[in-house]
Amino acid sequence: MKIIFSFFTVVLLVLLAFLGLKIANLYYLFGVIIPYAALAIFIIGFVYRVMKWASSPVPFRIPTTCGQQKSFPWIKQNKIENPSSTWGVIIRMLLEVLAFRSLFRNTKTESRDGKLSYGSDKWLWMAGLAFHWSFLVILIRHFRFFAADVPSVIHLIESLDSFLQIGVPLLYMTDIVLVAAVTFLFIRRVVIPQVNYISLIADYIPLFLILGIAISGILMRYLFKVHLVGVKNFAIGLINFNPVIPEGVGVIFYIHLFLISSLFAYFPFSKLMHAGGVFLSPTRNLANNSRMKRHVNPWDYPVKVHTYEEYEDDFREKMKNVGIPVEKE
Amino acid sequence: MATKLPKPDELSRIDYTPPKKCWMDTPAELKPGMYCWGAKAKNLNVVGFPNARDWSPAEEDWKLPKEWEGTVLEGIHDRLSKYRSFRLFMDVCVRCGACADKCHFYIGTGDPKNMPVLRAELLRSVYRKYFTVPGKLFGGLAGARELTTEVLKEWWYYFFQCTECRRCSVFCPYGIDTAEVTMMGRELLNLLGLNIDWIAGPVANCYKKGNHLGLEPHTIKSSMEFFLDDIDTLTGVKVEPTFNRKGAEILFVTPSVDLFADPGTYTAMGYLMLFHELGLDYTWSTYASEGGNFGVFTSNEMAKRLHYKIYAEAKRLGVKYIIGGECGHMWRLVNQYLDTWHGPADFMEEPVSPITGTKFENAKSTKMVHVIEFTADLIKNGKLKLDPTRNDHLNVTYHDSCNTARGMGLLDEPRYVLKNSCSNFHEMPENTIREQTFCCGSGTGLNASENMELRMRGGIPRANAVKHVHEKYGVNMLTNICAIDRATLKASMDYWVPDVSVAGVHELVGNALIMTGEKERTTDMRGEPLPGKEGDENETV
Ligand code: SF4
Ligand code: SF4
Repeated sequence: MKIIFSFFTVVLLVLLAFLGLKIANLYYLFGVIIPYAALAIFIIGFVYRVMKWASSPVPFRIPTTCGQQKSFPWIKQNKIENPSSTWGVIIRMLLEVLAFRSLFRNTKTESRDGKLSYGSDKWLWMAGLAFHWSFLVILIRHFRFFAADVPSVIHLIESLDSFLQIGVPLLYMTDIVLVAAVTFLFIRRVVIPQVNYISLIADYIPLFLILGIAISGILMRYLFKVHLVGVKNFAIGLINFNPVIPEGVGVIFYIHLFLISSLFAYFPFSKLMHAGGVFLSPTRNLANNSRMKRHVNPWDYPVKVHTYEEYEDDFREKMKNVGIPVEKE
Repeated sequence: MATKLPKPDELSRIDYTPPKKCWMDTPAELKPGMYCWGAKAKNLNVVGFPNARDWSPAEEDWKLPKEWEGTVLEGIHDRLSKYRSFRLFMDVCVRCGACADKCHFYIGTGDPKNMPVLRAELLRSVYRKYFTVPGKLFGGLAGARELTTEVLKEWWYYFFQCTECRRCSVFCPYGIDTAEVTMMGRELLNLLGLNIDWIAGPVANCYKKGNHLGLEPHTIKSSMEFFLDDIDTLTGVKVEPTFNRKGAEILFVTPSVDLFADPGTYTAMGYLMLFHELGLDYTWSTYASEGGNFGVFTSNEMAKRLHYKIYAEAKRLGVKYIIGGECGHMWRLVNQYLDTWHGPADFMEEPVSPITGTKFENAKSTKMVHVIEFTADLIKNGKLKLDPTRNDHLNVTYHDSCNTARGMGLLDEPRYVLKNSCSNFHEMPENTIREQTFCCGSGTGLNASENMELRMRGGIPRANAVKHVHEKYGVNMLTNICAIDRATLKASMDYWVPDVSVAGVHELVGNALIMTGEKERTTDMRGEPLPGKEGDENETV
């Protein structure tokens, strides 16, 4: 149900773009207005969401400590997994964001004849990493459309990405990796009963959307061989706020563009915001130093307590009888 | 009253296939043996908790206050604006499922709502409905649902099937800590008087009498006298601790249950022997007679109210610093909350060991040193005479408490102390210790008797790992540094691995400790003959 719904939502988006162009000729809408609007929603929404999180304070220092604390010089502290300094935290966060450190720990619990075992399970980590990194490389590669003179870094990335030297135009590895990883992530959501059980529509939509973007992009490059100069003129026009509707780029380009716009507009409302959220996570981005340095809670307020005086009033005689010293005789 | 606990082989048959029906449309079925009795009005009234009433989870009518929905929603709103953790964790989960099989309750029950991700979704779905645009617009399609009595009951059932152990948070790529969500969930339930009595009772006791068990000052003193007699019989050494003594250098605070029930009492004896042998200038307090804090299982505010007495008593007595005993959640609170609540503790001095001169740099602001740190430093500096062979009848393993492992990182100090106090030590498998340690199954105030099936199920992963080293190396002693563990693991071992006993680390220290002027020991604290002394027993009796 959820899968079908999500799938058809994305199909509907494709149809919308197709019909909008083929029948209604809405080139300006799909080529200019929607991309601008989507980008605006993305930026404003993203910033808004992050600000919203940041507006809630961090009253307590609650890092999840995943290694030995700092205590004595002769006990080796795990400075990254249980950082006590800002540098430690920075490295911990870098590992988390760039290498998905926590996911790397993943195990699979298995029960055989009542015996439990926890084998290492790196598939999710691998697929997640492959997906995110190839997405990033593809994103960077796309900057060549936006720059009149393509910077040499982008050339470098392109040539690395296509070093297999297969096909004309050259096949990019990241295209394959991205599609494979997203497919894996989708299949795992379907076939692992537990993951299937927890999945929501909001988990399938991004997968189909990204798959749609990737497939339309690949079709454009390898099959329809869309007019590159046209695309480039169009992209440069867009970023210079001087949009031109290009000639001869075909409807597939607009479908690709519309799906990307949809992803951008959807982003701030969705779980994809984990991209911003990961940086704010108090269990990861705080040093475990609250015994060394006081952490202040901005909304701290006085509470009702039971004082020693009240306690002694309740028990004075009993205390005196057994020789426990008291304040008031 | 109590439902019959199934046999171990029956309990260990667990079905992990999730049901066909979507979890949102499956109301929780409250199974006897899996939940605790509702909090009684009299206990809630002691601390002035709202909506106190006697109620029973087993009954249809939970006597909810009027307009309870409003109270809950307002409560969510309030907490979203106070805790970044809560707001963030409501938003960023991608339901990747990495946390799913990391929870001991999921492993032990197979109930999908015990997967950390789904436990959080129980609350998240309501959050979406009332606090997010897609949830308001699209409802169920956006994973949102209304707050109904069924949902509330489901929260109650599953937020009291989470021991806030944070194991899930170790594996989550965004560090989402379902313990944090459970804490918020329990706070919300508490607004409606929906706590459990096994927590509410100790909270009331602790507030009025200074400790969970409600031990009054004279009782504390008399139970201690039993220990002193036992120590005298065992070693011939007369130990004379002081209570509420002004001008002592150090205040010692530890969980009260160690003064009361085996095997924790042996740990308490270990402390007494150690401090006596050192000639430490320290005092116990009958007012600050609890290091643990069941308040944190109700609300942050209550936790703060209960932990007040530790610094207050240190100030009144004029001590230089505090040593804290072996306890799990107490140390998460000392490490991550105490100073923030009640600091700055500038009326004390930065802790320095009077024996070794070591500065406890890592405790310079809270002024509170873990007794394991204190002892480890003594051993490292050669200040203790230990005879590990006295523990040769023990084959020891070590259970990291969730809180000291994942809320502090006290991992190698206890191992160092242990390895100097006994000769036979074996670690459990690596995915079950240190930061990946498994909960005893009964933390966060779930160590009642009416929910024994839940406890034994939640204890499966830990017990399984103990069984492994028991079979492989002949381990017969499970050590730990947590007062709740000492009580709960004992029950769990009796049920799952009956040949294994449970002890605090300082029990082993006490047994190994060679005291000045002691007579030759023939047994350990428990009266078990020491290795090589089995034959002597008849002569001495
Ligand atoms: S590991 Fe984290 S992101 Fe993944 S399902 Fe669990 S809580 Fe959500
Ligand atoms: S905190 Fe522990 S008990 Fe609670 S959901 Fe996470 S793993 Fe389970």
